Amino acid sequence: MKIQEKTVSPHNFEECMKCTVCTAYCPVLQANPLYPGPKQAGPDGERLRLKDPYFFTNTLKYCMNCKRCEVSCPSGVHVADLIQAARIKYDKSAPKLRDRILASTDFMGTLARPLAPIVNGVTSLGITKTVLDATLKIDHNRTFPKYSAHGFEGWLKRHSKEQAAFPEQVAYYHGCYVNYNFPQLGKDLVKVLNALGVGVQLLDGEKCCGIAMITNGMSEGARKNANHNIAVLEKAVESGLGVIATSSTCTLTIREEYPELLGVDNSKVKDSLLLATRYIFEKIEKGAQLKFRPDFHMKVAYHTPCHMEKLGWGVFSEKLLRMIPGVEFTLLDSNCCGIAGTYGFKKENYLVSQAIGAPLFEQIKTVNPDVVACDCETCKWQIEMSAGYKVMHPVSILAQALDI
Amino acid sequence: MKFDTVITGGGLAGLIAGISLQKEGRSTAIVSSGQNALHFFSGTFESMKEAPARLQEIFSEAGIRANYADGFRLMPMGTFRESALSLEDISLFEKPAFVRKALIVNFMGYHDFFSSFIADGLQKEGIEARVRFLRLPEMEHLRQSPSEMRSVQIARIMDRIWEKVVQEIRLLLKDDDAVILPQVFGLQDISVPGRIREALPAKVVFVGTLPPSVPGLRTQMQLRRRYETLGGTFLMGDEVKSAHIHEGVVHSVVTQNLGNHYLEADSFILATGSFFSKGLISTPESVYEPVIGLDVKASEDRNTWYNPDFAGNQPYMDFGLVTDEDLHPLKDGEPVRNMYAIGSVLGNTRPELGTGAGAAIRSAFKAVDSILSKA
Repeated sequence: MKIQEKTVSPHNFEECMKCTVCTAYCPVLQANPLYPGPKQAGPDGERLRLKDPYFFTNTLKYCMNCKRCEVSCPSGVHVADLIQAARIKYDKSAPKLRDRILASTDFMGTLARPLAPIVNGVTSLGITKTVLDATLKIDHNRTFPKYSAHGFEGWLKRHSKEQAAFPEQVAYYHGCYVNYNFPQLGKDLVKVLNALGVGVQLLDGEKCCGIAMITNGMSEGARKNANHNIAVLEKAVESGLGVIATSSTCTLTIREEYPELLGVDNSKVKDSLLLATRYIFEKIEKGAQLKFRPDFHMKVAYHTPCHMEKLGWGVFSEKLLRMIPGVEFTLLDSNCCGIAGTYGFKKENYLVSQAIGAPLFEQIKTVNPDVVACDCETCKWQIEMSAGYKVMHPVSILAQALDI
Repeated sequence: MKFDTVITGGGLAGLIAGISLQKEGRSTAIVSSGQNALHFFSGTFESMKEAPARLQEIFSEAGIRANYADGFRLMPMGTFRESALSLEDISLFEKPAFVRKALIVNFMGYHDFFSSFIADGLQKEGIEARVRFLRLPEMEHLRQSPSEMRSVQIARIMDRIWEKVVQEIRLLLKDDDAVILPQVFGLQDISVPGRIREALPAKVVFVGTLPPSVPGLRTQMQLRRRYETLGGTFLMGDEVKSAHIHEGVVHSVVTQNLGNHYLEADSFILATGSFFSKGLISTPESVYEPVIGLDVKASEDRNTWYNPDFAGNQPYMDFGLVTDEDLHPLKDGEPVRNMYAIGSVLGNTRPELGTGAGAAIRSAFKAVDSILSKA
């Protein structure tokens, strides 16, 4: 009688005990009455959908895919995966133009970057925001991420010779944000790794991880990117390189969403892809040393992004920041900032997004740090816009504190 | 990563142990795979009367308010039970017939609070009881997804509008000398239950709802915040998969999220809970401990696991780890010398009687003392 051991359900949905713990931790349920909640949209709804796809409802799009339901589930049900998988399987409506634009981070970045000063100027104009709001339903209250005129890839290519001279090498999955919007983070990473005696290489042509496509109904595009990225990562890993990333969401997507939602096998590279903070922490744990400025002082409040909670690696960022002499550290309560990638940019989600983030913004104001530290680019936009505090990646804080 | 102590399990037992060790300057990590039994907490630490001084200290530093009085409290099914140490939300009476006339107030559309059962129970004690439903515009949106109209969702609204609820109840009150309300108050603001008591001209009694438990969830948040403020590392949503043991000593544990980055420590605490939390796993053939394969006290014959009388004593709830006197669990008959088992994984708890909370706290303190005594 070993039948129970053989009945493993997709995304573990039959493990659900109906305990309702997830409903207490879902940020959307607190703010949007149209959302049926993680239990209903996830395992409860799945039972019905398996009987008849008629029971699929479009309200599943209100799920932010923050994964807090999964982190809180005592029974190991992949609640958010169930919801996203149902959207992929049953939602046959074509994505809106707006959603295509928001999801195509690679394409938009390539278009916008050569014209960065103009694009940045135009997107910050009130009139542009009004027009985008009216035509595309991108909320006019949003501050758009700025594009950088010179990409990170180009910069690192120009420095490839000096990077190759380091005795140890690592490949860097920089993601769209570092390449198109904020190359400084990539440069900060190179500075820190170089100080540890490690040179940084590009992968052989990475693409966007695809998370925005997954959540915007473009799973085919996401799968293409996933297959491409896995091939590129496998090539790096086969040549003996470790791979690191600075974005918690890109990392989660490649490690978890590729196999769970897109059916793309990542088993050959999963263990070799680490967040930079974990890689740096492990180096230091093994005896490598960083020299910090004696005069450095910064009051830092660390916000754990939802996808970092799911990865379970926030501890590395925390320990690294605490390691810097002169850092006065506060760990912020576990709360969602509300933006969830492209979710908060959509007009229909704007108020929900801000309501979800309110407890976090309030706590930041109470702590009143010099800087909020966070490993996620979209949390950064949300917190800077909504709480009015500067947000830095832990790696950038490390780079600033280094005595070089 | 290296700590003095790594604790598996982030429920009441794990958090009390973690806070106690951090207070003594030890570095600890708690690995918690999902949320825990505090989310089903009645608010009463069964089998405890007065809180020991060290528990009072932890509670007061975490902002948790508890009290104890000889007597009874009102249960969600309308029965009375002898009182024990309770969160301040819980009302304790000298005798079951604690008032003459009670007004039971529920919210329209809320199905997790059994007002009629409570009314029946009160009537059996000779208390006159009537049930009234409040319908508030601030709560109407919750009814759009009736399946999610649950305690915590209501409690979030109540933190904002409890004063309005008090006004509505004042309008309903006649000559009732008690008001009975579901435990959906004080999720963020712990002062709310006390302020409602002060604001109404009758004895206010908060009674438990179906899960999630609002006082339990709040207690979990308070304890976790206290633990992290003391510098503890709380790894939420991670799961200990295995341990490296050599000659009866654990060197490190392996977790789902950290993979080949092991958590090393001098001592380890196993606070993994019972069957629901997967501290114990039952299969058709056996009951086992999944992390290390520790010795489990359980009867071999599956037919003896259950009592056909559902409400009777269920033998499987006695199943738990075998330990020596110092709570070191045994593996193949030999103690694991730097590991301690605490809380419900020890077995012999009765969830229907709520004895888990008392056992969790007592065993946590015992393990902590043993760890601290070893320099």
